[in-house]
Amino acid sequence: MDLASISPVLLLASLMVAATPILLAALGELVVERSGVLNLGVEGMMITGAICGFAAAVETGSPFAGFVAAALGGAVLSLLFAGLTQVALANQVASGLALTLFGLGLSALMGQGYVGVKPPPTPRLDIPVLGDIPILGPILFGHDVMVYVGLGLCAAIWAMLKYTRAGLVLRAVGENHDAAHALGYKVVRVRVMAILFGGACAGLGGAYISLIRVPQWTEGMTAGAGWIALALVVFASWKAGRVLLGAWLFGGVTVLQLNLQAAGVAIPVEYLSMSPYLITILVLVIMSADRSRAPGSLGRIFHATG
Amino acid sequence: MGAELLNISGLSKAYPGVIANDTVSFSIREGEVHALLGENGAGKSTLVKMIYGLVKPDSGTMALRGQPFAPSEPRAARASGVAMVFQHFSLFDALSVAENVALGMETPPRMRDLAHRIREVSESYGLPLDPYRIVGDLSAGERQRVEIIRCLLQDPRLLIMDEPTSVLTPQEVEILFATLRKLTSEGVAILYISHKLDEIRTLCDHATILRLGRNVGTCVPSETTAREMAEMMVGSAFEQPESAGRDPGQVTLDVTGLSLASPGAFGTSLRNIHFTVRKGEILGIGGVAGNGQDELLAALSGEIRSQADAITLDGRPIGRHGPAERRAMGLLTAPEERLGHAAAPDMTLTENALMTAAQREGLVRHGFLRWAAAEGFARRIIEAFDVRTPGPDNAARSLSGGNLQKFVIGREVLQRPDVLVVNQPTWGVDAAAAAAIRQALLDLAANGTAVLCISQDLDELMEISDRFGALNEGRLSEIRPARGLTVEEIGLMMGGAHGMEVAHV
Repeated sequence: MDLASISPVLLLASLMVAATPILLAALGELVVERSGVLNLGVEGMMITGAICGFAAAVETGSPFAGFVAAALGGAVLSLLFAGLTQVALANQVASGLALTLFGLGLSALMGQGYVGVKPPPTPRLDIPVLGDIPILGPILFGHDVMVYVGLGLCAAIWAMLKYTRAGLVLRAVGENHDAAHALGYKVVRVRVMAILFGGACAGLGGAYISLIRVPQWTEGMTAGAGWIALALVVFASWKAGRVLLGAWLFGGVTVLQLNLQAAGVAIPVEYLSMSPYLITILVLVIMSADRSRAPGSLGRIFHATG
Repeated sequence: MGAELLNISGLSKAYPGVIANDTVSFSIREGEVHALLGENGAGKSTLVKMIYGLVKPDSGTMALRGQPFAPSEPRAARASGVAMVFQHFSLFDALSVAENVALGMETPPRMRDLAHRIREVSESYGLPLDPYRIVGDLSAGERQRVEIIRCLLQDPRLLIMDEPTSVLTPQEVEILFATLRKLTSEGVAILYISHKLDEIRTLCDHATILRLGRNVGTCVPSETTAREMAEMMVGSAFEQPESAGRDPGQVTLDVTGLSLASPGAFGTSLRNIHFTVRKGEILGIGGVAGNGQDELLAALSGEIRSQADAITLDGRPIGRHGPAERRAMGLLTAPEERLGHAAAPDMTLTENALMTAAQREGLVRHGFLRWAAAEGFARRIIEAFDVRTPGPDNAARSLSGGNLQKFVIGREVLQRPDVLVVNQPTWGVDAAAAAAIRQALLDLAANGTAVLCISQDLDELMEISDRFGALNEGRLSEIRPARGLTVEEIGLMMGGAHGMEVAHV
């Protein structure tokens, strides 16, 4: 056992990377659920984004094109969910579960020719002065651009929900869709746009795994990250700041337990592997004990009656 | 009274199977309060939704100040100066007052300026409001103020109000009327929908009466009696409930020191409630919605358990008993919400009859359902209470509100309860059905049942109850004999005007 081999600076730096996929997916789902829709298809949209992004990046040689394709792929898949739940008024839980199964199958099919291929590397941002600060530099300023996209998105969603008219309308639609309809807001349109946004975010999160975190393509490589993102949204009480906190916590414990495994700590590997899930959920459950509650219309089917 | 503001001519709207409006015509002048009268399902709501742009008419035209008016959406109606206060509040519980108001405006100013304007306007109309409070924490009266302020900030020319007073204390109604009169003096026209005919007589200049979607007449309310208007709405004369005069017997239901935390986030906790109900008497419990009525019913029905001796039935403590045990002992309840609480919407009437009457009517034997007996019981209810339905195999959802309400009350009445607790027995029910339900409660009491009637309809409580109390923020007022109580006294028992003041006219 050699705990001294774990470097805190490296640990914190890799925490940011480990947290990014679930952060992106959870932020998308946060917007979807704030509009009153429960999309359980996050896992399916992530893995679809992962293969779309991977394939596009390999074919064009540009990781940037890969991320764009991933967002599009996730959004297109979520359009299927939007059609089922918003137009055909199908049950959201069943449709979301079906979307996950469909996405897993579709991605396996699309990815057949890409097993064992290496994607083009995504460059790290080299921020001149900031990156050279000791300790803080490598932790905060030595990452790829998607880490900062995730952080920026978190701040943007928080501000959008709190300060803008669009955010207010989105919250209103999620809180009471009948009242929003009575006031003349287009409930279905708002929700379809939120679902598409959620799909694009989940796609980005998936592509982050296949292009940067791992980077290679294997079937089912998201390995439940979509479900963690879903749980994160609930336990974070539908607040963007807490989603970030939860994602960091989950990423941190994941990285830490990998390091502990490598250092040969005398705890069975199975316990270490389950620890990120346990600790994240435990902390967020304690935090969500305050008054905050789910959006009032979450998961309910909206049917406009004259 | 000024020039003609809105003219409606030949407006029709049909839904599959029903004609909601059939060539309805009338007009409203500036500064006029115009009442729209009719039973449930007469088409009032559809009509105002067409004016507000929520529903498109099939045929017919509207004109606003002489210009053709056909709003395609509420936004367009609001831009033309039409504002609406909804019957079921169109508010968002989790948002603040200012956010709720902003959602009802086209181009809201910045939050801080808006908050300032809300304070200003609400105080000048005598409806003080704190713009930063969360709407879910407000009382029903305060929520309505939010709706009204939302309309006033848009400088409306026509204000539509759908049943605005059903949740207000008498004092709050007075203040509302003062506000409305101030508005009409500024030239605003008001289209006013209400079931309360006395209010219409004091407030409204003209009335249009709808029956089955048709315009069946107009009247000047101040020159017409409430009974005449009711008969125009129903289309025939109907019996007024009559009390047989009775001597109350011994105490059967005794509630002592009942305190309960509310299970819901926005509910009201019950605080130290005391009352008794005697055999053969009706105790009326009034109060504005959301002051603990639902919690009191749940505590009495056994949906929420309390301390064992807080509730006793014929001297036996039942606070810890569940609903089935209480039913077996003779304490029956009929909760307020018809679809979802009192009845399962998608199940047939027979199945719904089984659900509360299985034990007392012997509809179950050795764990098996006796379908024939259950259907027979459902038929008895339909017959005795004149429930209009093709038969007991129809889903509860398919009945109109009034008919389902008659079924739900009849189901309990026919089980010969020793104590019957009802909440809002005639809510949203038309005048004839309401009279039938009240008569059934009176007859039940005459036969020695102790009846507890929780209601927000004060006229109803004054009509049937022997003694009266009011719930206010989870506390029950002193119980007083109903006879001789004045409206002022009742209003004070209900908690007065909740910090409202008369408009600074």
